[in-house]
This record gives sequence, C-alpha cells and structure tokens, in this order.
Amino acid sequence: MRTIQAQTIIDKVAEMCIAANRELPEDVMRTFKERLAAEENPAAKEIFRQLIENAELSKDTGLPLCQDCGLAVFFVEMGEDAHVDGMSLRQAINEGMIKGYKEGYLRKSSCDPFTRKNTGDNGPAIIHFDIVPGDKLKIWMMAKGGGSENMSRVMMFPPAAGWKGLREFIINRVAEAGPNPCPPVLVGIGIGGNFELAAINSKKALLRDIDDTHPDPEVAKLEAEVLESINKLNIGPMGLGGKTTCLGVKILVAPCHLASLPLAVNVQCHSARHKEVVL
Amino acid sequence: MAEYELKTPLTDADIEKLKSGDVVYITGTIYTGRDAAHKRLTDSLDKGEALPFDLKGALIYYVGPSPAPPGRPIGSAGPTTSYRMDTYAPRLHGLGLKGTIGKGKRSQEVKDAMATNKAAYFGATGGAGALLSLAIKAAKVIAYDDLGPEAIRELTVERFPLLVINDCHGGELYTKPNLEAALAG
Ligand code: SF4
Repeated sequence: MRTIQAQTIIDKVAEMCIAANRELPEDVMRTFKERLAAEENPAAKEIFRQLIENAELSKDTGLPLCQDCGLAVFFVEMGEDAHVDGMSLRQAINEGMIKGYKEGYLRKSSCDPFTRKNTGDNGPAIIHFDIVPGDKLKIWMMAKGGGSENMSRVMMFPPAAGWKGLREFIINRVAEAGPNPCPPVLVGIGIGGNFELAAINSKKALLRDIDDTHPDPEVAKLEAEVLESINKLNIGPMGLGGKTTCLGVKILVAPCHLASLPLAVNVQCHSARHKEVVL
Repeated sequence: MAEYELKTPLTDADIEKLKSGDVVYITGTIYTGRDAAHKRLTDSLDKGEALPFDLKGALIYYVGPSPAPPGRPIGSAGPTTSYRMDTYAPRLHGLGLKGTIGKGKRSQEVKDAMATNKAAYFGATGGAGALLSLAIKAAKVIAYDDLGPEAIRELTVERFPLLVINDCHGGELYTKPNLEAALAG
C-alpha cells in the first residue's frame, strides 16, 4: 500500500485551481490564433484579439481569465493500492480547493439554492470518484462557469430518435443558447448511459484537448460533422456573427438501457479552464 | 457604425443617437448589480425604501467581480449573462435607468421598456474579465456587503469599452442563428 500525504494533495489541488483560472491552455491559445486568422468578420476578429490579450494579461498579472472562477469540479481516479494519510481524500481535495480559491483571489461562486447566501469558500467541491487498479492518484480539475453551465441540458430520447434526433437537439441547443454562454464554446456530449451518467460523461468529455481526435473513428467522424454544422449557425464570437461558434465537440459514449437513448449537452466556456495532476 | 465617448450620468440625447453596433467608451461612474442585488433593489422599491444609488441616468453593469488582489482596485470584471435580470430591468428603466451592461439576449419586455424609456443595452466581452478590469480605476461597495461578489459596487471607469447591442429605436446587433444551414449539415 502506497501512502500519499493529505497535505501534498491539498497543496497540489490549490495550485491546480489557481493555474486553471490564470493560464489559458496552450491548445486553446493555438486555436484562438488560428480562428483569428480564419475569421473574416472584423467584429469576430476583434473578439479573438481581446481573448488573446486577456490570456496574456492574466498570465502576467495573476488576475483570473474570467471573474466567474466557476464551481470547482474534480474527476478523480484513485488507485486501489494507494491510501491517503491525514484525512479523507474528499476532505483533502475540498481543503485544497478552498485554499486555492482564497490564495489566488478567485471568486467564490457557490451559494445556498434557496436563500442564495454565498457559502463563502466556493465549497463544497463537486467531486466524481473512480477506483482504478494501481497505486497512483490522478486528479482533473475544471473551473466551470455558471453562464455556460446554464445553457446545458439532459434529454432522454426514445431509441427511435437515433443519431438524427440527437444531432438536431445538439444543434438546436447551441442555437438557442446563442450569445449567452460567451461563444465560441466547447460542446461536451454524453450519449448513452442513463440520466446521470450521460450528464457526467458530457462534462468528462470536455477534459480532452481541443485538437485531440476520438480513438473510435466513427465517433471522431460524428464530432467533426457536428462541429462543422454548428459553425454554420453564424452565431460567431460573442454572438456577433462569424465562422467560429464552437471550438470543439467532444463525445463520450456509454451503453444504455434498451428503452432509452440518453443525451447530455454540456456547454463549456471558450477558455476551457482545466488542469490535471498525477500523484 | 459610429464610435462615441460618453460620460455618466447618461441623458436621453446620449441614448437617442446610439445605434446597435456602435462602439461606446464610457467614462464616469457605473454600478454593479446581478441576481441577488436586483432582488433586493426590487424588494426595497416594493417597500417604498430609498435605493442605494440614484437610478436617473445610471448604468448598471451585470458583474460579480473576483476579489481585488493587493495593489489593484478590483479583480477580473467581465459581464455575466443578462437574461437573468430581465424580470427586474423594465421596472428600473421606468425609474430612469439609462442602460445596462452584460452579455447575451434580452427579452421583448426589456426591449420595449428601453424603447419607451430611452435606454440602451450594451455588451462587453464575456470571458475577458482581466482585460476589462483595466478600465476600472476605483471600486467601492455601497450596498449589500453581505452578498460578497454580488454586492453593489460603485465603479469609477475610464473609457470602458462597450458595444451597443439593443438601441432605443428597436435595433439589435445579434442576428438569428442560421438553423437551416446548420441542420442541413
Ligand atoms: S460563460 Fe463567460 S462569463 Fe461565464 S464563466 Fe464562461 S467565459 Fe466566464
């Protein structure tokens, strides 16, 4: 049994939360620059220029990329042969998150659903655990903004809807969201599973890099097709029109019940704020 | 598309000349307010209480800034999605509010209230909060401190960069998505 000190987890998680909010992922920066060159609409170009400048400024000053530093969502793979010393893994991740949001001057956006009173520390962190073979601990952190999350949906289709039905729903969802979630967005899609698994998978799908191709060529084809279709909507950066409404479509598929065809669409902000660490 | 430099408080004449698509640089004082603050403003109006700032000619920025790090007046401060304030905005426009700043679509009720009361809706770039904070020179909480990021702040801004999304003449910058083309594949 390998022992991991809780303090190590706390420090790493705090670092990840701060870095995710200040450092635009490299693949996103590359995509911004490509899209800046590809756009013809001056307003769309101007938005990409601002987003690039914003990212550079954030890196230089330590100001977060966006004032909505999100709810902190974690995906965790805990090796069966590892054990955390000092406190529970959940506690350690939550403490690390609280530390990071405090020390990084990140906004605390968590509140009571009824009274709307801010919890004050951005907690509790939303954590999805998985137990895997081995003695490693792998943690992914995503800073998930409210504006893009509000535009997300789960839909339980009958099997007869097929890919045609799913595709229409996805495109309609992005169209209806329009300028609200700060386009250009990323779209995470969970297909299959059940009600909650589809939703979790739609978020997990967003951990992939923008230019990463799905290992299943059939799914990779669907991703490319939907991306192309969405970009014909002409919503464009910030809804001002243009070729770039969406930067990437990522699909995660799971087997489902004979009676259903679950679909979840998770809209993600252009900055795709996430980090990962292996301990 | 024209470019304007405007100073707060805004007048009817300031608003009437604006067309959707115009670029506007605002200098002066603006007030922050989002979901919880709007609820309280409305509750105060119901009770006949005075509001924490004068709505006449005012601009409300839908934002909940991140905490100010040492040496800066404010943290990141980009817009939040505006439709969530649609239920509150018409009443405030009726009381003299000249403009709101946010991102995303507004309801027909808000657009009608802007036309009736000569007001405009401005867009700022979403997700560019670090960049937008550079135009904010001072920030002070003036009400609802307990709401944390949602407290009402008085911001002193210098050439705060905005786009007119909805003008008071019925003009709108957002176009309808081309659903047909997208669904055709
Ligand atoms: S939707 Fe826009 S404002 Fe909200 S977190 Fe994402 S980038 Fe920031």
